[in-house]
Amino acid sequence: MKSVPVRPAALYAALWLVSALPVAAADWTPEALMAALAANPGGQVRFVERKFIALLDAPVESAGVLVYRPPERLERHTERPQPESMILDGDTLELERGGRRLTLALSAHPETGAFVDSIRRTLAGDRRALERTWTLALTGDAGLWTLRLEPRSEALRALVQQITITGRRGEVRSIAILQGDGDRSLMTIFPADAPVPTDTPAPAPPDAPVR
Amino acid sequence: MTARARPLAIWLVFVALCTHEALHTRYSADLSAFLPAAPTRAQQLLVEQLRDGPVSRLMLVGIAGGEAAQRAAASRALAAQLRAASLWAAVANGEPVGAEADRALLYARRYALSDALDDATHFSVAGLRTAIGATLDLLASPAGLLVKPLLTHDPTGELLHLLDGLAARGQPALRDGVWSTPDGGEALLLATTRAAGSDTDAQATAVAALRAAWATLAAHDGPAAGLRLELSGPGVFAVQARATIQSEVERLSLLATGLIAALLWSVYRSLRLLVLGLLPMLSGALAGVAAVGAGFGVVHGITLGFGITLIGEAVDYAIYLFVQSGGSAHDDRLHDADRAEAGYWPTVRLGVATSVTGFAALLGAGFPGLAQLGLYSLAGLLSAALVTRHVLPALLPAQWRVRDLAPFGRRLAAALGPLRRARPVFVAVPLAAALLLALRGDGLWHHELAALSPVPAADQALDARLRAGLGAPDVRALIVIDAPDAQAALVAAERLAPALTAQVAAGTLGGYESPARYLPSAARQRARLATLPPADVLRARLVAALDGLPLRAERLEAFVADVEAARIAAPLGRADFDGTTLALALDALLLAQPDGRWHALLPLRAPVAGGTIDATALGPALAAVGSGDAATATLIDLKHESDALYAGYLAEARRLTLGGCAAIALLLAASLRPVRRTLRVLAPLAAAVLTVTAALALAGERLMLLHLVGMLLVVAVGSNYALFFAQPAAPGPTTLASLLLANLTTLLGFGLLGLSSVPVLHALGVVVGPGALLALLYAAAYAPPPDGPPAASVAGPAAGARR
Repeated sequence: MKSVPVRPAALYAALWLVSALPVAAADWTPEALMAALAANPGGQVRFVERKFIALLDAPVESAGVLVYRPPERLERHTERPQPESMILDGDTLELERGGRRLTLALSAHPETGAFVDSIRRTLAGDRRALERTWTLALTGDAGLWTLRLEPRSEALRALVQQITITGRRGEVRSIAILQGDGDRSLMTIFPADAPVPTDTPAPAPPDAPVR
Repeated sequence: MTARARPLAIWLVFVALCTHEALHTRYSADLSAFLPAAPTRAQQLLVEQLRDGPVSRLMLVGIAGGEAAQRAAASRALAAQLRAASLWAAVANGEPVGAEADRALLYARRYALSDALDDATHFSVAGLRTAIGATLDLLASPAGLLVKPLLTHDPTGELLHLLDGLAARGQPALRDGVWSTPDGGEALLLATTRAAGSDTDAQATAVAALRAAWATLAAHDGPAAGLRLELSGPGVFAVQARATIQSEVERLSLLATGLIAALLWSVYRSLRLLVLGLLPMLSGALAGVAAVGAGFGVVHGITLGFGITLIGEAVDYAIYLFVQSGGSAHDDRLHDADRAEAGYWPTVRLGVATSVTGFAALLGAGFPGLAQLGLYSLAGLLSAALVTRHVLPALLPAQWRVRDLAPFGRRLAAALGPLRRARPVFVAVPLAAALLLALRGDGLWHHELAALSPVPAADQALDARLRAGLGAPDVRALIVIDAPDAQAALVAAERLAPALTAQVAAGTLGGYESPARYLPSAARQRARLATLPPADVLRARLVAALDGLPLRAERLEAFVADVEAARIAAPLGRADFDGTTLALALDALLLAQPDGRWHALLPLRAPVAGGTIDATALGPALAAVGSGDAATATLIDLKHESDALYAGYLAEARRLTLGGCAAIALLLAASLRPVRRTLRVLAPLAAAVLTVTAALALAGERLMLLHLVGMLLVVAVGSNYALFFAQPAAPGPTTLASLLLANLTTLLGFGLLGLSSVPVLHALGVVVGPGALLALLYAAAYAPPPDGPPAASVAGPAAGARR
């Protein structure tokens, strides 16, 4: 992506440095996770997302690139099935699809806003902001951790029941969302230089958790 | 005594009649003064739009300073206050106010409203498969969250298509939930007044209410404390312009009046004379208004403003009377009337005739504004002169004497010699000026209406910035459809849509609005609903269409039921929009006219900001609307049309002014013998006008209507000077002094206007002040050398000007 400030090679060198920090399994606390996430300098990764919708007989799938510039800007550039961009920056969520642009303010849509914001706050390691909206539960160790977010408010629970994020040290590997109506989605994240998964179903990375 | 009382009685009756007429006439402040007597359709529509079109009602609000969150809070608080007040038809700041009601209406009527159904194959097997496939693709996107609840009812995505179409109108950037400039540095709000933009009083009320609402918010503990309010828009400009002009006119005229009164007091030494000196002008102004009111039925504001200026000449009449006759005991051998006859009057009479002839040329103008100006000046000057001649002497006290200016006049006469010896300079300068002006040619003139705008450049820049931030409302061009009823107007708008859409696709048009987008014609709605298949057919088509897709037809029973309900629903009407924000948009675009006809407005956006719209490309589509039914479509480029109107007005004003000058020359040639004397009157006037105009050109000023009015006044005032100097006998010392006194009052009165920041006042001031002084100097310099000792002013009337 043209907007990436760091070359992937440099980025992954940095990520490796962060993840190579000597963190003992016993010390893998939410504080340590948040610190590791906060140390992530951002950059670009690829994703494949599959949505399991009760109305549909098969999941719908999308794939593309995520760009994260800590702490406020998160971009999702979908390449298939339809090219589309979603840019979250500060309070503003901008969607672009088919030449049309739609701008929303998160604050004007509190529930959707909290949901969208949760991913960004996790990436930023902003525990305080996360805990205002969610209860956090961390399992696993630095090598493979699972962070579970459950909404504090009923209003938000109607929209999303649970978000499950897995990762390795300061890197997020997957984001699973269980929606209020029981539908769910799973986004799997790959390094930008990993082979691009184009077939359906997407091959899950070896250490990604499967719900 | 009866001989004195009769003119007085006639005058009083005349004043009473004029007052009655002036009180009962209609005054108009809109642009219709610039409309030709037989305006084109586009010109008429233009004036209507500028007077009370939706564009004229917009108020653009910017909130600057502080943090984004505080600006957003202030925007919300201000919007809430304005929404609670009845002054505003709409207040928009990006908050989703009314969005629920809008969405409910769009959803309930989606099949009647969606232009996707204009394609008859939209509900065929292939059409359904394409539409539903696109919706499934959307499910995969982050926006899928919005789509999923709609899937079973609206699998073809009509609601999103409608919302998309509305959002494509161009939406300002959002910051903290409210509209902001693209850089996020300023919150934006758009308020639409209920009152027409031309109703300056109502606009002033709205501006004051908005500022008051802001003041409560900006109090030290309010949500807007420390923030700055920026306000713009046509109504705001009108209010500001009026206030600026009022305050400048007040300030400058107070100053000028004070200085002139002091000057005249030092000569008259009588309050009574000072007040009496104003009577000719006031009578003239009244007579002018009454004449225009009686002749035209309506008096344009521009006539009042310029006309009163032009009969400013009348102030001089009293000066000539008072100074040149000197006082009641000045010459006991003559009665007042005889003394007037012997002194200033024949010359002033010819001066009045000259001015009246010049202004009469304007009477034939094709623009009522110009014709009114001609009639006003004509009636005003004649009345002022008659009042000076016949009423003032009757009102003078039995014993009065002004300061004897003869010694001062003798010193002036002594200065005439050197002035005459410098004549080569006074000949060379105007010739050089004429050469310069000939070289500059038409580039001297400002042809845009904006030249008259009193809005300072900084405010225009603010307006442009707020408009750019708000995106859509910068309407320069719009199509106006005129039709016998609302349905016909909507049908015509729909007929235009394909051509406009094609231009948008080709990139020659940025976008357009249409009332039919909100409320399609009943015929169009019926045609769309007719493409919906009956339930059984739809079920069968769905099964075929969904083959291979992850969605089964049985899941879409709600869709089948909704389609069935839509098939039998009555067409959507204006009443269905009550309570939605869509109603405001619709009402701004579909308007009932006072004559019972309907207008549909289709504002066009240029492809790029500040770009132009190719009117010729739209010609065939517009013409096609006009055929077949009683509806017509007219494209108006607001700026182009108003500039064209102004340019036409200016061109005719220039043409008629030249004609007036020719008529003056003929009149003088007929009255004055030999012809050399006529030249002696005309030459100083021409030289003064040429010199002033060339000086302005050198100073980089571009000439506009007001400069032309100023030149007329220079000719009117200057002709009196020139006539006095063109007498066979050189003017006596008292006459010389009276000329200088009259000249000083003109210089003070208009010279001060030249200091004004309002272009209209400034233009008038810089022409008339220096122009009058130059006219006097040139007249003196061109005067023939005295044959003997200067004669007294009572020496003899001009031969050709005998009664």
